[in-house]
Amino acid sequence: MMILKILFRNAFHNKLRSGLTILGIAVAILAFGLLRTVIDSWYAGVEAASTSRLVTRNAISIIFPLPISYNEKIRQIEGVKMVSYGNWFGGVYIDEKNFFPNFCVEPKTYLDIYPEFVLSPAEKKAFLADRKGFVAGRKLAKKYGWRIGDTITLKGTIFPGNWDFVLRGVYHGRDDTTDETQFYFHWAYLNETMKKVSPPRAEQVGFYMITVTRPDLSSDVALAVDKTFKNSLAETLTETEKAFNQGFIAMSGAIVTAIQMVSFVVIFIIMAVVANTMAMTTRERIGDYAIMKTLGFGGRDITILIFGESLVMTLTGCLTGMALTFPAAQAFGHTLATFFPVFRVSGETLCLDIAAAVLIACFAAIIPTRQAIRIGIADGLRRVG
Amino acid sequence: MEEQKRIIVEIRNLYKSYHRASLTIPVLFDITFDIAEGEFLALMGPSGSGKTTLLNLLAGIDKVDKGMIRVGDVDITTLSETQLAHWRANNVGFIFQFYNLIPVLKAIENVELPLHLTSLSKRQRRDHAEMALQMVGLAHRMDHYPGEMSGGEQQRVAIARAIVTDPTILVADEPTGDLDRASAEEILGMMERLNAEMGKTIIMVTHDPRAAQRAKILRRLDKGYLAHDDSQNPL
Repeated sequence: MMILKILFRNAFHNKLRSGLTILGIAVAILAFGLLRTVIDSWYAGVEAASTSRLVTRNAISIIFPLPISYNEKIRQIEGVKMVSYGNWFGGVYIDEKNFFPNFCVEPKTYLDIYPEFVLSPAEKKAFLADRKGFVAGRKLAKKYGWRIGDTITLKGTIFPGNWDFVLRGVYHGRDDTTDETQFYFHWAYLNETMKKVSPPRAEQVGFYMITVTRPDLSSDVALAVDKTFKNSLAETLTETEKAFNQGFIAMSGAIVTAIQMVSFVVIFIIMAVVANTMAMTTRERIGDYAIMKTLGFGGRDITILIFGESLVMTLTGCLTGMALTFPAAQAFGHTLATFFPVFRVSGETLCLDIAAAVLIACFAAIIPTRQAIRIGIADGLRRVG
Repeated sequence: MEEQKRIIVEIRNLYKSYHRASLTIPVLFDITFDIAEGEFLALMGPSGSGKTTLLNLLAGIDKVDKGMIRVGDVDITTLSETQLAHWRANNVGFIFQFYNLIPVLKAIENVELPLHLTSLSKRQRRDHAEMALQMVGLAHRMDHYPGEMSGGEQQRVAIARAIVTDPTILVADEPTGDLDRASAEEILGMMERLNAEMGKTIIMVTHDPRAAQRAKILRRLDKGYLAHDDSQNPL
């Protein structure tokens, strides 16, 4: 108990130095936590994806369309439960900086395939009934202050022109990981317009969404779909929604790797700072350790004192940093909601924070402990006075 | 006829040198003498004569090159580091020039510190420490930190810490070296009383003749050799 008392009092004896070190650790843990959360949110789409949902796209590239006629053929494949389809619309709301994902979809089947997008029955009914209607996620509607019945205009980039839509419903996510920043309207609205203004682009979709009767049938169904359209003008590539989303992440793999590297560099820097603090602290206390050894305390007690002091400081900084991560992540997520629709500090990130703090503490204490144990009592006592 | 006192410390043919890089610096040469139980011995000598080194060897905080030191029934030159630590905890009380109190502990906690290596209960440790502080007249300062006390008071706390385990010998390295005259007198008086009233064996290193005057036996070291003067304190 006396050893614990000494180590706790030692940790906060030099208030300015301890305070600055703890602050440094807190900022490092905050930065580490936020960077890890950015990486997590990058993968949020993958995490939220279902293994029983398949995505079929053009085998050449996602930017090439598929004929709408594939819909019926896919539905007839054994193991297929539901099929929906849609297109990336790529519309701009007022200004390009107002980015949010917007798709045209076959609304009834799409909402059935995505039960995590929760709409009230009245809103769902109104959306299905209105070909110019759209639904938006709760965060998106809140960000732009849209209310039910409002008319919104998107400027088409892939499909030129100004497109008017009426907000018929605001969905909220069933799960924490559900993206609430999306915008969905009727594929039929796009198709009817294309028939008039650009007939060759009509009757085409960008992707099919498929659900299977049993998750274990996913790979068989995917193979069957691709086999069905083999040697056609538009061959398909079918994969699970998770694999499809992972493919997108892989395109930005270098950025994710860079963020990971930066997060580790932050930890490495603070490790060096805490090691320096512990080295100074131990040098100052070498006389105290010598007198304790003189009184009969052993190397184990000295080790507990130095490692304990290092742990107390780093864990205090870590807990402060972790506490700050939540409001910081909330503010960060709010500001960049359209880029990181799910920005949530995960339990894994908190565990990594604590692991990083323990690693920092141990690394910082190793050399000072070795010095304090190895120095002779007589040499240590000479440093007093 | 004067009663023959039991020998508590036997030193035989002691040699000690220090090594600095490739240099070997001899410090003590062929030291041999005895200390009787209940003795109050002063070791004097000029700076660099080896008196602190000799004290450290007697107290088991440094290792000899050659020779034997027997304290009680134990030849401490044969003990391992761990055994020495245990031996020191049970047999030696230390008083240093700069008090060497732990700054983050209160006076009572500093005195209690060596008792944490014993099997005493928390209550017993506290009782022993309070009693030791009472003996040095600092019961009213037990909740003060060293930084809140004068040099003389800190040295009295150090004395309380040295005697709280009831050690076989007390070693004091320049105990008055950092004190004003009045405080020094007070500390020396206290050490005299510990020797006279409690029969504590005290070995004190000093270069202050006034301090040495309070000891019963005086031994001089010069350039690592013990002067052949085994008489009672002439000072």
